[in-house]
Amino acid sequence: MSAGNMHIKLKVWRQSNSNTQGGFENYSLDTVSPDMSFLEMFDVLNEQLIETGTEPVAFDHDCREGICGMCSMYINGQPHGPLRGVTTCQLHMRSFKDGDTIVVEPWRAEAFPVIKDLVVDRDAFDRVIAAGGFVSVNTGNAQDANSLPIPKVAADDAFAAAACIGCGACVAACKNASAMLFVSAKISQLALLPQGQAERNIRAEKMVAQMDAEGFGACTNTGACAAECPKEISLENIARMNREYIGAKLSSSAV
Amino acid sequence: MSWFTQTLTSSIGKKLLMALTGLFLISFLVIHAAINAMIFYNDGGETFTHWGHFMGTNPIIRTLEIGLVAGFIIHIVDGLMLWKSNAAARPVKYAVNKAEANSTWYSRSMGLLGTLLLIFLVIHTAHFWIPNRSNQFATGEELNLYQMMLDIFQNPIVVLIYVLGCISLFWHLLHGFKSAFQSLGLNHVKYNGLISFVGTAFSIVIPLLFALMPISIYLGWVY
Repeated sequence: MSAGNMHIKLKVWRQSNSNTQGGFENYSLDTVSPDMSFLEMFDVLNEQLIETGTEPVAFDHDCREGICGMCSMYINGQPHGPLRGVTTCQLHMRSFKDGDTIVVEPWRAEAFPVIKDLVVDRDAFDRVIAAGGFVSVNTGNAQDANSLPIPKVAADDAFAAAACIGCGACVAACKNASAMLFVSAKISQLALLPQGQAERNIRAEKMVAQMDAEGFGACTNTGACAAECPKEISLENIARMNREYIGAKLSSSAV
Repeated sequence: MSWFTQTLTSSIGKKLLMALTGLFLISFLVIHAAINAMIFYNDGGETFTHWGHFMGTNPIIRTLEIGLVAGFIIHIVDGLMLWKSNAAARPVKYAVNKAEANSTWYSRSMGLLGTLLLIFLVIHTAHFWIPNRSNQFATGEELNLYQMMLDIFQNPIVVLIYVLGCISLFWHLLHGFKSAFQSLGLNHVKYNGLISFVGTAFSIVIPLLFALMPISIYLGWVY
């Protein structure tokens, strides 16, 4: 690891809880290594804050290897910062220049209220999954895998959709705070596989209804979500969700 | 709420309505542009008036016109409802937002472009459609639309408003045409290229053809 040789100015959103008004605080870091991840840079900031008796910045993080979907910072006007296809924890300080001022905000959406500082409540996503993002399987021995033939293309598309880590960058990036990329990925990963067929119609209907109830916006097809998605989930999923939903509404027995 | 109402008032249902009415209005633009382009025959409006008379009096066309008005109203009202609910989905805006890094400005401005088009639509129908239909209703006689065009487009400010309307239409179509197919779920590797090409070509050709009409009359190319 190279020596800390970057000077970084930070403008960070601070907010005590969901009931209070927040605001930006300015911080200055003088020993940032270009090899640090963005979150490690925040660890350094927080140590500095603790030493001076200031409340550290609250931010979400867990695995720090880009697969858990916890980190959620809106960095210089983009979710997960300027790099394509990476989460905040996989963004490194070498993506910035010495002396840069970096503005960090939480995700902004009616459905994602700020809990504290940069932490937002993403339970809305869990409630959408609970509404229908599952398959019901009888208990007993697992059957032979070859008894369920799955075309390679379907398996690949389902896998690509299942790569969604539910971080919420799509909602954060969308001008309408729409959750359609997330919901469409979750609908697609099951709709494409034989295991998902039994609940296919009711799943599309219930998940979309829950998505609307949570207060997410509608899709304007700007493509911002797919462009900012750290897992590069495709817009084809949204088209598939539209087909699934319209098809389900026209044909399901739920009236 | 019945399943039908519930579907059309859901987020996807509203988009479906926008797409269907949008494509219907696009089909109207083809007819409108084709018939108005008859002025370029420069035959004193003979061909144009012939087809204008057909469109203004044929019972099938007049019935479809009710559908057209309904299409406009649904597209406008649904668009405004989406605009309102989408704005409510993000009550607190970002202090710094680099939207240009992930999307085009016109795809994010469909509400604004649509509003400009609505203002234009009011001015435009006040110039031609409303006086003509009112007169038909009152006297049963059609107005001389060709002569009205020649008169109205002598005013450079009117010509400018029409050209600005066409520019708004270009940007609105450039996103809307392709977006409609995505909303209908028609995203397929075999057809995406065709949809994109036809969408871009349509967005350029139709507004350009419309813009040339007031310009040609103002510059005396058509008289």
